[in-house]
Amino acid sequence: MPAPPAIRLRGVVKRYGEITAVDKLDLEVPPGTCVGLLGPNGAGKSTTMRLLTAQAIADEGTIEVLGYELPRESKQARAECGVVPQLDNLDTTLTVEQNLLVFSHLYRVPRRDRPAAIERALQLAKLTDRRDTVVEELSGGMRRRLLIARGLVHQPRLVLLDEPTVGLDPQVRQELWALIDRLRSEGISILMSTHYIEEAERLADTVTIMSHGSVVAVGKPTDLVAEHAGGEVLEVYGPPARLAEIETEAAVAGRRTRRTGTSVTLIGDHSSNGSELDGVRRPGNLEDVFVLLTGEEIA
Amino acid sequence: MTGAAVTHESTGTPPARPPTRKLHRFERSAIGGVLVREMINFSSYWRSTTFSSTVEPTIYLLAFGFGLGSLVSSVGNGISYEEFVGTGMVAMAVLFASAMPSMFGTFVKYSFQHTYDAILAAPVDTEELVTAEALWMAMRASVFGCAPLLVAMAFGLDPSWGMLAVPAINFTAGFGWSCFGISIAAFVRSIDNFGYITSAVITPLFLVAGTFWPIDQLPEWGQILAQLNPLYHCVELVRHAAFGWEGWSDVGNFAALVAFGLVGWRVAIHGMTRKLVN
Repeated sequence: MPAPPAIRLRGVVKRYGEITAVDKLDLEVPPGTCVGLLGPNGAGKSTTMRLLTAQAIADEGTIEVLGYELPRESKQARAECGVVPQLDNLDTTLTVEQNLLVFSHLYRVPRRDRPAAIERALQLAKLTDRRDTVVEELSGGMRRRLLIARGLVHQPRLVLLDEPTVGLDPQVRQELWALIDRLRSEGISILMSTHYIEEAERLADTVTIMSHGSVVAVGKPTDLVAEHAGGEVLEVYGPPARLAEIETEAAVAGRRTRRTGTSVTLIGDHSSNGSELDGVRRPGNLEDVFVLLTGEEIA
Repeated sequence: MTGAAVTHESTGTPPARPPTRKLHRFERSAIGGVLVREMINFSSYWRSTTFSSTVEPTIYLLAFGFGLGSLVSSVGNGISYEEFVGTGMVAMAVLFASAMPSMFGTFVKYSFQHTYDAILAAPVDTEELVTAEALWMAMRASVFGCAPLLVAMAFGLDPSWGMLAVPAINFTAGFGWSCFGISIAAFVRSIDNFGYITSAVITPLFLVAGTFWPIDQLPEWGQILAQLNPLYHCVELVRHAAFGWEGWSDVGNFAALVAFGLVGWRVAIHGMTRKLVN
């Protein structure tokens, strides 16, 4: 009998008044894999995360987490899953160690295992020498590492990471990627929402692209790029008027384009139509896929 | 189905998770965890709280007991005005040690610090969270509520055996008041609205509480309102604990506090669930 998926959502709908935040969402996280939930702000990623801890209750559809049916068995599911929220909600007046201690209680780590659990979490977050530092005095990167360690103090089988590196320096972001990659290599199932394309490309086994509350594409990052953006794209720079011209020409030629700030990116095979466009060729990426599929810029 | 589908090779020791036991609706360890959090936090600010909860009753006692008390010799039954105010202020101290911090604390924790979001992502339900917070506030109120009594003793109030019941009375009233505070926090939209609650609800409670003047001097409507005022029942109980129990009337007073606590508890849970799970 195969292990059940770490997460399975079927036809999940969540409305807030007039707004449908999540619209007939299907999502699956196979055990031991990292699934990236990619989408711009407002795509429904955070609502999906809240649904998985029963802090939001779905209007329609079924949700299973680690084989438990939500919201009925959510408490059991939460006991076996770690949550790293987007918003830093650490106790700022407590020390690093005290924050971990509180959550070792909340996560039911048995008394005799608590010291070891806290020690392990400190090591994981590389905060062992900061154990007595009050959270207020930590840097942004350290706080985020502690936030992750807090969600791992009970050795969960599944980790929910909601925008784990939002608002951090590139260097700090890479540190966190290494940490997340380590969890992945330990066989922990991960659902990670992000609006950083690179993050999804590096860490996720499969990516689910969300827009307006539902899924627009699912697949391995490389497959999605190959399928939707082709091998290479052409980025053409120029003044706004020129860029508009290129877009019109491309539309006539039946080619797909997207605006990337100061340039126009032409997707697909550009050797065939004899275009004389001068530009930079670069490999297609998930961002191209995303913009093509949703018509939205992501960053 | 063991070890199925681990797609990544293990680099470290695989997590040796203890088997998860079946969780119940009310878990002692969930409530304990929330209490541990409050206790650790309290260790960082207990000095200021203890200072204000002892200095305030002292000042009130000086002002009312010795200021006003020079005009009022006795309130009957051989009780001096200082003794009357000293015991009456216990209920007030309980109110201020539970309703106020619950109101502000709850609002800050869910709205600004998002603490409750973090706690509810762990295996803790709103019911357990609210219960734990109210229990914690009740414990605090139980202790701090004794301060006026100790101050009054320092000024000459005779100790009595009945006073040993005061912490329990304080705890019961404190639980109700903190549920009241949590409920208010769950229903107001902005922290600025607390001003309305303190001016329009809490302050008028003192008019019909018997804290600073006996209730039987009030017109009949005032005496009826007092029966609906938890503050009054707390004042009565503490005073009777100090000067002599009054049988069934005290059973009634205590029952009123228990009812206040139970109703407040359910209302607070309902309000917070609406606020936190949506």
